[in-house]
Amino acid sequence: MTDTGDGDAVIRVRDLTVGFDGAAVLDRLSLDVMRGEILGFVGASGAGKSVLMRTIIGLVPKRSGLIEVDGVDLGAASPRALRAIERRWGILFQQGALFSSLTVRQNVQFPIREHLRLSGRLRDEIALAKLDMVGLPPDVADKYPAALSGGMIKRVALARALALDPDIVFLDEPTSGLDPIGAGEFDELIRTLQRTLGLTVFMVTHDLDSLHAVCDRIAVLAERRVITSGPIPTMLASEHPWVKSYFRGKRSRAGARAA
Amino acid sequence: MNGGPLLESANHDGRLALSAGGAWTAERASELERLIERVIARHPRVDGVDIDMGGVERLDTFGAWLLERLLRALAAAGGDPRVVGLPDRYHGLVLQAHAFNREAPAPARTSVFAAALASIGRNVEAVGTDLVAAVTMIGALTAAMGRAVVRPRTFRLTSLVHQIDRVGWRAVPIVLLITFLIGGILAQQGLFHFREFGADIYVVDMIGILVLREVGVLMVAIMVAGRSGSSYTAELGSMKMREEIDALRTMGFDPIDVLVLPRVLALVIALPCLAFLGSMAALYGGGLMCWLYGGMSPEVFLSRLRQAIDLQDFAIGLIKAPFMGLIIGVIAGTQGLAVKGSAESLGLKTTDSVVKSIFLVIVLDGALAMFFAAVGL
Repeated sequence: MTDTGDGDAVIRVRDLTVGFDGAAVLDRLSLDVMRGEILGFVGASGAGKSVLMRTIIGLVPKRSGLIEVDGVDLGAASPRALRAIERRWGILFQQGALFSSLTVRQNVQFPIREHLRLSGRLRDEIALAKLDMVGLPPDVADKYPAALSGGMIKRVALARALALDPDIVFLDEPTSGLDPIGAGEFDELIRTLQRTLGLTVFMVTHDLDSLHAVCDRIAVLAERRVITSGPIPTMLASEHPWVKSYFRGKRSRAGARAA
Repeated sequence: MNGGPLLESANHDGRLALSAGGAWTAERASELERLIERVIARHPRVDGVDIDMGGVERLDTFGAWLLERLLRALAAAGGDPRVVGLPDRYHGLVLQAHAFNREAPAPARTSVFAAALASIGRNVEAVGTDLVAAVTMIGALTAAMGRAVVRPRTFRLTSLVHQIDRVGWRAVPIVLLITFLIGGILAQQGLFHFREFGADIYVVDMIGILVLREVGVLMVAIMVAGRSGSSYTAELGSMKMREEIDALRTMGFDPIDVLVLPRVLALVIALPCLAFLGSMAALYGGGLMCWLYGGMSPEVFLSRLRQAIDLQDFAIGLIKAPFMGLIIGVIAGTQGLAVKGSAESLGLKTTDSVVKSIFLVIVLDGALAMFFAAVGL
């Protein structure tokens, strides 16, 4: 089964094949991400979730298939059009990927400095505002990433991803490595920001709580394609063995209730 | 859709009426900031302000913050500003912007003079800490060596052999090539200038003594510092960054025993071997150049070489090699373990490692040359 939901798709992936050295990691995969939704993307470790995300944002070359963002075919777009698209998305990498030689403030300002011509005062104010939005106090602004905790690094990375007010945000395992309370707060933050800023969120995750708490829709990657997609009830009703053990296994909410 | 930001002002019976329009977004933030600053500058005192946001097509965090900045400035001017006609979908954002930058700390700025003084102070302190760190490292290595002698089973022989392969055996081709070329260059320059005095034959003396006593071992040490010292520092530094060193410690291993000692010993063993091979290659290069460029037959070169040098020259050159290996190893290990969390720090320490070990190797060479001259060798 492929995921071809109707409606206003911001990201449209059709028959995408990606592979390294012979073996295909993704095979004729199709997926839509709707405007204004939070899509949770799940799959076994090593199934290729991050590969799909990295292919969409252009870090991994595709073998064949179509990737459209807002109706623009990324494979055929001019470098100029591509830059315009890239400016409209923000990416939170799994380890944060903060520039370790820059302070938190400079990290958040980096995309602003490169893409917009703003006065120094406005740049500073916006950077601090973004930090405020992700729930960080202003005194972290002049610290270096090495001095931050894992949760703070994720927040700063989110602030940097949001620096240019993107429409689409890609999150690669945003809550991994956070304690349950921190992860819960981060989920809440993503939900709030998504509402106030009208974001479309593509979230690769393993966190069942995140999936339940914030995702509007979930897509499952297995056997090198999206085998099913839909809201939580659809997942719970699925009879696919992997989906069943993922959402109704021992560690799931349903499983915990049964125990 | 893409109309620029607008902010028009008018007076309605004593109250200032501002009507906003267009795109209040990141791309237009610079224009918008100018518009807002102009309004603020033009109205130092106001009695009442209505801001009509009804015409705004798009608003993002940049626009929301600039609206908040305008509101704060007008409030400070006594205006009691009210926002009207804001589209519902932007209420949350404007509400959030209301909380921004309430307690923004000013970035700490010190004077250039103080910064320069502080930088000098830090550098002086760094020299001291470097010295202490190097001495500590030598002490720790001695202790580790002692432990290895008392309990030979704990010594990492496999690691030592692997490191000798890396820094010794695999360095042979490049060391041979470079020293061969340097020998040739020395000979060519010597021949070119000595020929004017008809003293061609003394080129052999020069090459023999220079290569065996100084250039052979020094060039090899510098090459090893650049090739292996840097890789040791980068390796240990990234292990430090990825907490591998802490992991070793918690398992009850001393990183000096496990990581540093085999590497330093490998350098101490490999450097004399490389220096020997390098010296031979340099002599060969010199001889070849004398033959091809100077027309001096190999027999003449060899017999003159035999008169010009003795075993002492050879020994003086090689005796320096293990100490140079020790210096390179100690500096590389110290700098590697001093790496902090950032990628920049790894780069800095790697540079430091190479620069400092080359500097110290040359200082040691100079000091020993003076020492040997003083004792008449």
